[in-house]
Amino acid sequence: MSYAKPKVAHPAIAKNELGYTRRDYEGSISTLCAGCGHDSISAALIQACYELDLPPHQVAKISGIGCSSKTPTYFLGASHGFNSVHGRMPSVVTGANIANKDLVYVGVSGDGDTASIGFGQFSHIVRRRLNMLYMVENNGVYGLTKGQFSATADFGSASKGGVPNPYDQIDLIQMALQLGATYVARGFSGDKKQLVPLIKGALSHPGFALIDCISPCVTFNNHEGSTRSYEYVREHDVPVVTADYVPYAKTIKVDYEPGTGTSVKMHDGSMLNLHKLEEDYDPYDRKKAINYLLDCQEQGKIATGMLYVNPDVTDFHDILETVEEPLSSLSYDRLNPGADALESINASFR
Amino acid sequence: MPDLKSVNELVLRFANVNGSGSASANSLVGKSFFRMGLPVGPKNIFPSNIQGLPTWYEIRVSEKGYTGRRGSVDVMVAMNSQTFQQDVADLVPGGYLLYDSTKPLNPHGRRDDINYIGIPLTQIAVSKYEQARHRQLFKNVIYAGALSALLDIEFDVLCDLLGEQFRGRDKIIESNIDALQTGYDYAKRYYDCPLPVRVERRELVGDRILVDGNSAVGLGAVYAGATVAGWYPITPSTSVIDAYTKYASKLRTDETSGRKLFGIAQAEDELAAIGMVIGANWNGARAFTATSGPGISLMSEFLGLAYYAEIPVVLVDVQRCGPSTGMPTRTQQSDLMACAYASHGDSRHVLLLPATPDECFEFSMLSFDLAERLQTPVILVSDLDLGMNDSVSKPMTVAPDYVWDRGKVADYEMLENGFEFYRYLDIDEDGIPYRTYPGTHPTKGAFFTRGSGHNKYGGYTEKGPEYKENMERLLGKFSTAATLVPEPVIEDKGRPDAVLYFGTTLEPMVEAIDELNQQGYSLDQIRLRGFPFSEEVWAFINRHDRVLVVEQNRDAQMRSMLMIEGDIDPARLISVTQYDGMPVTAEFLVTAITGHLSDDPAVSQRLSA
Ligand SMILES: Cc1ncc(C[n+]2csc(CCOP(=O)(O)OP(=O)(O)O)c2C)c(N)n1
Ligand code: SF4
Ligand SMILES: [Mg+2]
Repeated sequence: MSYAKPKVAHPAIAKNELGYTRRDYEGSISTLCAGCGHDSISAALIQACYELDLPPHQVAKISGIGCSSKTPTYFLGASHGFNSVHGRMPSVVTGANIANKDLVYVGVSGDGDTASIGFGQFSHIVRRRLNMLYMVENNGVYGLTKGQFSATADFGSASKGGVPNPYDQIDLIQMALQLGATYVARGFSGDKKQLVPLIKGALSHPGFALIDCISPCVTFNNHEGSTRSYEYVREHDVPVVTADYVPYAKTIKVDYEPGTGTSVKMHDGSMLNLHKLEEDYDPYDRKKAINYLLDCQEQGKIATGMLYVNPDVTDFHDILETVEEPLSSLSYDRLNPGADALESINASFR
Repeated sequence: MPDLKSVNELVLRFANVNGSGSASANSLVGKSFFRMGLPVGPKNIFPSNIQGLPTWYEIRVSEKGYTGRRGSVDVMVAMNSQTFQQDVADLVPGGYLLYDSTKPLNPHGRRDDINYIGIPLTQIAVSKYEQARHRQLFKNVIYAGALSALLDIEFDVLCDLLGEQFRGRDKIIESNIDALQTGYDYAKRYYDCPLPVRVERRELVGDRILVDGNSAVGLGAVYAGATVAGWYPITPSTSVIDAYTKYASKLRTDETSGRKLFGIAQAEDELAAIGMVIGANWNGARAFTATSGPGISLMSEFLGLAYYAEIPVVLVDVQRCGPSTGMPTRTQQSDLMACAYASHGDSRHVLLLPATPDECFEFSMLSFDLAERLQTPVILVSDLDLGMNDSVSKPMTVAPDYVWDRGKVADYEMLENGFEFYRYLDIDEDGIPYRTYPGTHPTKGAFFTRGSGHNKYGGYTEKGPEYKENMERLLGKFSTAATLVPEPVIEDKGRPDAVLYFGTTLEPMVEAIDELNQQGYSLDQIRLRGFPFSEEVWAFINRHDRVLVVEQNRDAQMRSMLMIEGDIDPARLISVTQYDGMPVTAEFLVTAITGHLSDDPAVSQRLSA
């Protein structure tokens, strides 16, 4: 492993402590729909890593399947990335992390990827207290398969018209709190001012950190009568070329003060009531956080910000009692118990 | 009464109720034969249940070295009233039945052609012990003592084994030896000891060991340098991880810090288990998992990813009787195709097929080298019989000059010195590209791993020709694999017909071939040890008119694989299958093989000529 600095860039370009420019944290060009909330999250990740002076190659990006899970190609191009299978990112990160505890793990997932097919793996990675950032890019729909309801759907249901989602939603934040996560935050892709610090906090947190980031899908949503509803698209679908339905959309951005609320108009015209935590909100009290979330839910508000943090962290490696060095760095000499030990094992079977 | 007489050739079977504490007494007897220098083949036939159902423990003792199942029983220790009638029926004429004579036997179904040896075990135990638990446990030890007298098992050997088992707990040792003595004395007093069926010390086992295949696999993973295991419990694979845990804890704990040089995660299911293994291998550790049929099904999607994205995986499949939950505590070789062709799309996997514990150890180590050399899943296909039963085996050894083969990995120096890294480029023309571990170099060697279409440079593609080029290379890599898997074990004396088999069919086949020879049938043999099949396998098959393919599943899966992979005329591959969940017996093999051969006029003619 090496921390050698990359080739010298133009002196005028700003660099971080390690001598990297922002560019060094970028990835290839996004192929997501213009205005997709997920791209804003990638941008926030880039900024957070740059500002944290993380050596890009010391980050491992791992995702499941979905539009959201595609995004690791679009940030940190000098890091290894792994776009795995649908809903199983947590297990891949778990294995990777056991192998090498020294890298920084960024897991990227969608609401379908996490709250449906991957719900089991999500619960268990929280329980395992794996040291990672788990980023859910939550748009309430299955983007990549063209807009079916997801299990987190209807975060904006209070103000939405159309047929209500008949199923109760899964709130990943509440789940994570219940399962013992030590860093729990909700962000909104369009609120960079809030999101970047949340990501920086999560990456610096020495245990499991969840960010449930609301991230509007510009192309699909599920309101009857909406030209972007799943039903509508299905009926009017020209197979394969979904791009036909993608109007040029501007990324939604917000900027508002702590302790206040803001209503965000979504691409389909629906409203989202975000509520930023009060400045005196106590993020160290898990019980209060759970109650606060329930209150917000009753009032149709979506609390955003740093909801809970416990700096007193046990990481999975503490539970496993592994050695200081990454397991992947151990030489065969250290791992081989030797011929004498084998002979005495043979003897125990005589 | 038929006259049954034999020294060092016998089948002894115990019929018990599970949960009654019989297992340790029975295995004590099993091990005592081995300590007397005799080849043994103990088999545990147990239910999928914790308490109350029938369970059997069968010990084959054979001076000739036949340790597979023979079929039929010479001496039965019948301790289960539920199965008593059946147990009596399984004895050979002239055989011996040891039973608890506390209550009189039901005269109905009494056989005149076997010998009844009644010992009032319950009565003795009740008069000797206060606690119900002791009565139950020591009853088993008492019959073990009786067997010592009846079969001439050296009493000291039994005492030594107890001493080793309970080392440091003198009270327990004492009371066990006392129970042994009670049984011994009773048998001596009331019966002519030893019986005409008995044992005698020999020096036939040399440096061999008596061990189960799963322990050998788990230990192999330790010696291969595996540091990560992800797993989910399932019979009969659980003891692979148990063994890895035990040996790693003992041999791989850092002496100064007390911390571990390995990490084991019990996953939430098999999908997560294989996901962890993929993540850890991708990240540069040696990682593995163990499962059985149902787990293979759950792991299938991930296996396709590992095949296509070219990530090393070591997967141990200890096969049991399927489909579905099937008979989970019975053995079969029925996951062959599920393993070889696991996953969707065009995917194929490397299989290793051990037959003995020392091969379990050797192939366990080899699977890590091959998985990393080939950058693909390697599945070690064992079965319940091999995995959970003890077998006499050569000692487990590692070549003194062994070094692990991490395969083609571009490290920091290579990248620094100008090695041009492209993830899926076949620069050596063996189908195997280079990979890099995450975190290697600040500016070079990073790549994006994906299950979606990629070209040889590692870039995303949906272009047909680029996709195809990569898929063709994977085929080339599979051809390389055929040169790296263990070669078959062949005996070829130019006979026209041959038997082909693999895995646990080995032991009974050794015996069956000798018996067939005596009957005038003479066959060449090939024992497969790996997939893809090597040139040697094809050459052998092509040299023979007909090959009897023997396997422990209904659908002749190995035969299908030979047809698929080698385009062999089906008429030349004759299927012999046994799949009732019990280990194959020599008796079955002889009957089935002679049945096939003598049906055929050409063969009958050759035999009489
Ligand atoms: C095993 C499996 N089932 C189904 C799919 C199809 N699929 C791909 S993405 C996806 C949903 C993704 O939704 P989400 O995680 O919310 O991501 P988004 O596209 O909304 O960002 C589905 C169902 C798949 N790839 N694999
Ligand atoms: S479909 Fe929705 S989630 Fe997917 S890229 Fe387009 S806007 Fe983003
Ligand atoms: Mg989604």
